[in-house]
Amino acid sequence: MKPRAGWMSLATQTRPPSVAPARGESAPPPPAPAASAPGAPPVAEAPDAISVRDFSLFYGAHPALKHIGFDVPAHSVTAIIGPSGCGKSTLLRSFNRMNDLIAGVRTEGEVRVAGLDVRSADVVELRRRVGMVFQRPNPFPKSIFDNVAFGLRLLGIRDRAELEARVEQSLLRAALWNEVRDRLNRSALQLSGGQQQRLCIARCLAVEPEVILMDEPASALDPTATARIEELVLDLKRAYTIVVVTHNMQQAARISDRTAFLLDGELIEIDETPRLFTSPSRKLTEDYITGRFG
Amino acid sequence: MSPAPRDRLAALPRGGPGLARRAWNALVLAGCGAGLALVLLPMIMLVAHIVARGLPGLSLAFFVSMPKPVGEPGGGMANAIVGTMILVGACGLIAVRVGGGTGLYLAEYGRGPFAGAVRYAAELLAGVPSIVVGVAAYGLVVLTIGHFSAIAGAIALAILMLPTIVRSTEEVVRLVPRSYREAALALGAPRWRVVQSVVLPAASAGIVTASMLALARAAGETAPLLLTALGNRFWSVALDQPIASLPVMIFDYARAPYSDWNQQAWTGALVLLLLVTAVSAMLRLAVRRIG
Ligand SMILES: Nc1ncnc2c1ncn2[C@@H]1O[C@H](COP(=O)(O)OP(=O)(O)O)[C@@H](O)[C@H]1O
Ligand SMILES: [Mg+2]
Repeated sequence: MKPRAGWMSLATQTRPPSVAPARGESAPPPPAPAASAPGAPPVAEAPDAISVRDFSLFYGAHPALKHIGFDVPAHSVTAIIGPSGCGKSTLLRSFNRMNDLIAGVRTEGEVRVAGLDVRSADVVELRRRVGMVFQRPNPFPKSIFDNVAFGLRLLGIRDRAELEARVEQSLLRAALWNEVRDRLNRSALQLSGGQQQRLCIARCLAVEPEVILMDEPASALDPTATARIEELVLDLKRAYTIVVVTHNMQQAARISDRTAFLLDGELIEIDETPRLFTSPSRKLTEDYITGRFG
Repeated sequence: MSPAPRDRLAALPRGGPGLARRAWNALVLAGCGAGLALVLLPMIMLVAHIVARGLPGLSLAFFVSMPKPVGEPGGGMANAIVGTMILVGACGLIAVRVGGGTGLYLAEYGRGPFAGAVRYAAELLAGVPSIVVGVAAYGLVVLTIGHFSAIAGAIALAILMLPTIVRSTEEVVRLVPRSYREAALALGAPRWRVVQSVVLPAASAGIVTASMLALARAAGETAPLLLTALGNRFWSVALDQPIASLPVMIFDYARAPYSDWNQQAWTGALVLLLLVTAVSAMLRLAVRRIG
């Protein structure tokens, strides 16, 4: 089984203590437990797509993540939940070093993603293997085609036929092809919000990453568009490892195999999603879940 | 230090605005109106005057014929119109490259003391009178080459345009949404590639707008051209030769003691005004189409 993080300390709680744990949440079928080979060599057949060991991150002097440790099995969906400001985005952005952009960020501990040590890996190589989808759809102000082809051109692919084939394939996988096949040369900004977000997913799929990070990918979308993104996530996990930040616990329950609960920069609990939502082992988790649902 | 918000709240008058407040309001409004009139009136008078004085001399011949020698009636400013276009085009090429590059540098990498120095230099340059820039270009270019030339004029005008272009490029590049950069970086794009393929295309409309505004101003500069491009009564489009330009021609013709030349100066002023207005209008259309 997964090694449980040994660094969970009780944070001072500001949340009002709730009493009866309400359990109205229907959970997805429990996922098959990932086969983990303890002591396996790090490169060949890494059992975990992501492994985080005693990882801390500071914005200047402010600790945003404190001694985090957990693993993400390959081909699974892991949801990160927690109140606003608890460090969900920071944790996600640690996986592809997007925090590098912020001055004064310092990290401790180890993060391995897709077989790479995040801190020492070539950042371009790392980001090629780890795609990211942001909270607000952020297509470039370019054509639909050029958006999806962006990453491919970065890889040096110039051949028009190959570009076209891979753009089509990516749009198909992102369930957007049928809606845009006739207007690939139109501006991506003319698409609806939900289409834009699927375009961003297609753009990230085009370079064939191993891991996809999603930071509240549906929070700016209407319910229908949200449902399509959720379907897509469930579909994509067959080929990719997905980590999705969400503040929506129902969403976490619907789409994830495992859920991590983060509070004040600490990983309070990570478990199979059905178990975390129905019988959390920590009082803090239960308070958070019931506080939201109750 | 400003007072704490609570104190400021307490200082607010209770109930509706009092008499004093309303009187003050009216006064300020009147002041604004007067200011508006002060700005608009001279502009309207100026334009009306130029149109009234320039229109009688306006004809096709003015655009297509060369200046005539003193005493001969007729003639136009074809060489000066083309000369101004060449000067403005050349200085635009120089200024947009240098100024755009500098602005981009400041926006993307401009943190350290060197960037601060560059920014300060651009600010200082904005305050340098155009005649001084003309003298500098005279010393640097004209004396080096050995004679007046179009390229010296273009360089002088480009230096004048630089501060505007540097500053506005920096601003529009900074305005490019962070989300575009993040998207590109998250795809593994190196920094230079993000700038080249995402930031610059997104900022280009703004850079073009700013450059055109600066160009419109440069098109009317006279003093630096007197010391650099000089002027030319004959047809010349060579960059290494003195070249005619509308502002200098207007200057010469307006000072001349011949009434037909004075008339042509007015018409030249009108044409210059039309040129600049036409460019601005086209620019607005183009930007609206891009935006
Ligand atoms: N660029 C930054 N500089 C300084 N502090 C930051 C920065 N980004 C986030 N933080 C701080 O780190 C903590 C976690 O932020 P974040 O990861 O965005 O939370 P979440 O995504 O869970 O809402 C917050 O306290 C926030 O104020
Ligand atoms: Mg966040």
